[in-house]
Amino acid sequence: MSETTMNLTLKIWRQKNQNEKGRFVTIEAKGISTDMSFLEMLDVVNEDLTRKGEDPIYFDHDCREGICGMCSLYINGQPHGPKHGTTTCQLHMRSFHDGQTIVIEPWRAAAFPVLKDLAVDRTAFDRIQQAGGYVSVNTGGVPDANCLPIPKVKADEAFESATCIGCGACVAACKNASAMLFVSAKISQYALLPQGQAERWSRAQAMVEQMDAEGFGACTVTKACEAECPVGIKLTNIARMNRDYFNAKFFKEETVHH
Amino acid sequence: MILDSKIPEGPLAEKWSRHKFNLKLVNPANKRKFTIIVVGTGLAGASAAASLAELGYNVKTFCYQDSPRRAHSIAAQGGINAAKNYQNDGDSVFRLFYDTIKGGDYRAREANVYRLAEVSVNIIDQCVAQGVPFAREYGGLLDNRSFGGAQVSRTFYARGQTGQQLLLGAYSALNRQIHAGKVTSYTRHEMLDVVMIDGHAKGIITRDLKTGAIESHEGHAVLLCTGGYGNVFFLSTNAMGCNVTAAWRAHKRGAYFANPCYTQIHPTCIPVTGDHQSKLTLMSESLRNDGRVWVPKTKEIAEKLRKGQIKISDIKEEDRDYFLERKYPSFGNLVPRDVASRNAKQMADEGRGVGATGLAVFLDFADAIKRLGEDTVRAKYGNLFDMYYQITDENPYKQPMRIYPAVHYTMGGLWVDYNLMTSIPGLYALGECNFSDHGANRLGASALMQGLADGYFVIPYTVGDYLTSLGFKPVDKSNPAFEQTRLEVEENVNKLLSLKGSKTVDDIHKKLGHIMWEYCGMARNEEGLMKAKGLIQELKKEFWNDVTVLGENEELNLSLEKAGRVADFIELGELMVDDALNRRESCGGHFREESATADGEAKRDDEHYAYVAAWEYTGDNQPEVLHKEPLVFENVKLTQRSYK
Amino acid sequence: MSSFKEAFSSTLGKKLVMSLTGLFLCTFLIVHLIGNLQLFKNDEGFAFNQYAYFMTHFGPIKIVSYLLYASIIIHALYALILTLHNKKARPIPYDQKPGNKNAAWNSRNMGILGTVLLVFIATHMANFWWKFHNDQVPYIQYETNIETGQISAIEMPAEEFTDYKEFSQDGVEYVQARDLYKQVEFAFENPILVAFYVLAMVALSFHLIHGFKSAFQSLGFDNKKWIPLVKFLGIYVFGVIIPIGFAAMPLYFFFK
Repeated sequence: MSETTMNLTLKIWRQKNQNEKGRFVTIEAKGISTDMSFLEMLDVVNEDLTRKGEDPIYFDHDCREGICGMCSLYINGQPHGPKHGTTTCQLHMRSFHDGQTIVIEPWRAAAFPVLKDLAVDRTAFDRIQQAGGYVSVNTGGVPDANCLPIPKVKADEAFESATCIGCGACVAACKNASAMLFVSAKISQYALLPQGQAERWSRAQAMVEQMDAEGFGACTVTKACEAECPVGIKLTNIARMNRDYFNAKFFKEETVHH
Repeated sequence: MILDSKIPEGPLAEKWSRHKFNLKLVNPANKRKFTIIVVGTGLAGASAAASLAELGYNVKTFCYQDSPRRAHSIAAQGGINAAKNYQNDGDSVFRLFYDTIKGGDYRAREANVYRLAEVSVNIIDQCVAQGVPFAREYGGLLDNRSFGGAQVSRTFYARGQTGQQLLLGAYSALNRQIHAGKVTSYTRHEMLDVVMIDGHAKGIITRDLKTGAIESHEGHAVLLCTGGYGNVFFLSTNAMGCNVTAAWRAHKRGAYFANPCYTQIHPTCIPVTGDHQSKLTLMSESLRNDGRVWVPKTKEIAEKLRKGQIKISDIKEEDRDYFLERKYPSFGNLVPRDVASRNAKQMADEGRGVGATGLAVFLDFADAIKRLGEDTVRAKYGNLFDMYYQITDENPYKQPMRIYPAVHYTMGGLWVDYNLMTSIPGLYALGECNFSDHGANRLGASALMQGLADGYFVIPYTVGDYLTSLGFKPVDKSNPAFEQTRLEVEENVNKLLSLKGSKTVDDIHKKLGHIMWEYCGMARNEEGLMKAKGLIQELKKEFWNDVTVLGENEELNLSLEKAGRVADFIELGELMVDDALNRRESCGGHFREESATADGEAKRDDEHYAYVAAWEYTGDNQPEVLHKEPLVFENVKLTQRSYK
Repeated sequence: MSSFKEAFSSTLGKKLVMSLTGLFLCTFLIVHLIGNLQLFKNDEGFAFNQYAYFMTHFGPIKIVSYLLYASIIIHALYALILTLHNKKARPIPYDQKPGNKNAAWNSRNMGILGTVLLVFIATHMANFWWKFHNDQVPYIQYETNIETGQISAIEMPAEEFTDYKEFSQDGVEYVQARDLYKQVEFAFENPILVAFYVLAMVALSFHLIHGFKSAFQSLGFDNKKWIPLVKFLGIYVFGVIIPIGFAAMPLYFFFK
């Protein structure tokens, strides 16, 4: 480990609230250790701002272990920064160099309005899942867990879809601000498992309908979402969603329960 | 007040069944006349909210995150225990009960722990039915792994993210009820007080973090599922937002706080690199299955290494001290968490620590790689090695990892009876927020089990019993208590906003963390604790005199959010010290240096301390009053743990 | 709203329309290329002009051609609708653009490529389709000696030409046709037009390398066993062979 310090120029989007206009503000970050995580670098900047009596930069974060999906940030043109397969909280300053200018923007999407500075409202994701992202079973009264054998390959594939952390990097990366990688991962988890079959066709319709109602864009298969997804959700999920949706709409009798 | 734990009569194995039968029921048509408030949406909160809504109650959920799915239960890696005995290796409900009681160093209630073991099997069924993608074998059935503190394989897992998958399961059940209109979800809301009417909890006061609006919400019962208070140490493996505020404000309204000094310090975390550090990252303790823990044999060698005068490879085999293997030949590197942590600290104290700060020990895989080959090691631990590499920029295949203990879990919490009700009628505490099931030390893969047991299978039964006693009247929102409490919260917020000193909230929080870690961390003694008490009292003054809180209430206000939480942590810190002072024995995560065996191991004092210490708040800057709930063991024999 | 209507008004449904029209246009390209290979026959356009007559006068093919025109229009129209929709989904653009860091250039610029192709189609149709249908091409008579099999071609004056005709007389087979071949020869004397055609075929290549396999993705077809074939066709048939085949024609006539 070779810890060194560096000085950086940050160009950060500042916006007081949802209604006011935002702008870029340039802040010098001095003496930043290469061992810091990106968010720790912002902590240091915030401590300095606070000491000067200036409003610290608001950004979403929580677990700082790369799993809660709360951190975001569009760093130098890429969601979660230049390293692939990692969240912003797991990005370290050694990925940058002394004297570099770092431009930090919030996720940009009509469905993700900016709340303040770099924090956006991602409740659209919650509403999509509320529309049908579940298996309708009540607590209790379920069969023994081993009553339902699931082939390991299927279980593993479902896990690959279920691993989505709901951060929204797919939307941020997509030039169309499309949420299809997220929505399809959720639909896929249940489509792949036997537990999800009873509501498979109504679920696909309900979740796609809500996704469209939230104002996300369409998929043009640029694969930017897949490239930027911190947990490696694959594009094949989108194909599966398309398949299930068309199947439901054109051939199945199940409809959406509102 | 005498603490009534309401443990049912009868043989251990029948207590819960009998109790369920004796609990009064609310008929289905009447359930919709009740509103239940659930604060926190982790495993305990989300599972409780969903289950109660399914029964027909109206539920309101609150979380400070932007989505219920982000609660810190999500970060649990290893797995969830259940006494399924799918492996035919001799597991049973009683064995899980026994392991948990023993692992907790005989400081938990038998009846609660037995119930936990009993419902553990239902949890797995429930989660599978929801579509949680647990690991499976090729035959399609569920796979299990073994975990610390047990000799059977009973841990169910979903790769390294069991917590996220279980939480997403509970969250999906919650979503279904939100869709059905039975649950109203409030996100980016923080609970700041409990509304008390005639001694009962009847609602809460929240602050909308987006708009600053201070709102009151009424409910027939309030469930606190707000997690633990590990962030009192500033650095812990908890999420940045984890806080004690909801529990602490409830405590100040009359809920007793039990065993606050019981904190779990996990041995395998990535060490601190500098003052900028914001949190610590845990690596699964499974690493200790193949890694060997060592430090240089002498202080001199360690010093040279720290200064970079020699390289790790320059240290000869005979100059390496594999201290766990040396001291505990039968358990070696696999001693329980508390023992491993204390020994690492001891090495650092002796000046034999490694890394730039000296606050680390080596976890070396060289032998494992030699024995098993790099590919096998990669298959077993690849993701952990990658994570370590990502954070430290050091390649653990080439050089030993550096690890150090970190605060991970708090066994203490709000005191609850067998029904999970606190000492305030109508106020419940579930999951890590309560104190009930882990005694003085929690076993791996048991936190997820407890959160879901409380939420899915305990509270849906017990809350009804209380609700029937209320009649079917709506909560009177016009009661002056609502406005009164709201104004008090508003006043407190304004008081915080008026602070314009020279220190940042983080400055104070870091100081608090240092005090707690130094004197109330892995090892505690009378002198240090007394000193800590004084330091915390000074720090409290410093906070109210010299901290600065910027901005206004009506916005997303980072420094205001933090300030309120840290103010509560300071008060909690003092109580933890009081509790640690009071408990002059060593048990589980609480190690009093005065209570040790001749060779320095923890020594329990069952004669004097086999009780739950429940503290009652009596006023600002007043000493808290201790209530003791004796622990009675009828089914297990108390023994001193030994890992030699 | 009916299920079908709902489906087609969703973002997925609109992409389905793009996919189906796109794939139909791809199949057309194969037929079109194979037919046009007759331009390379050294027969003064005899086979090509016969083929041109057949393609414009055979009933079923006429129906297909109307489907083709409709597909072009619908494909372009839906592209426009989706582009506007997608722009609306991100009203405030990013200051920093990722460039090629996470997505290939062609996948991000299908609109530009498509516009080039639309202009190309308009030019192409004005040059050949329009002129062919509006008697603005020369006329030709082919005389085949039945005994020797020798073919000779003679330009026909416009006033003698009535319509496409095939007849035999005195051991000679006559074919009178509109000479689209001549028009091709003529058009590709223009270096600017040739350059534009080659450029358009480069655009076609990029458009199809992304478009062909993406169409299957939009349809929901990504079967692990068959998708390698789709990828192969997308790159080598639609991305290489077809554009090169088409680009060869203007170049052939220009350098002939």
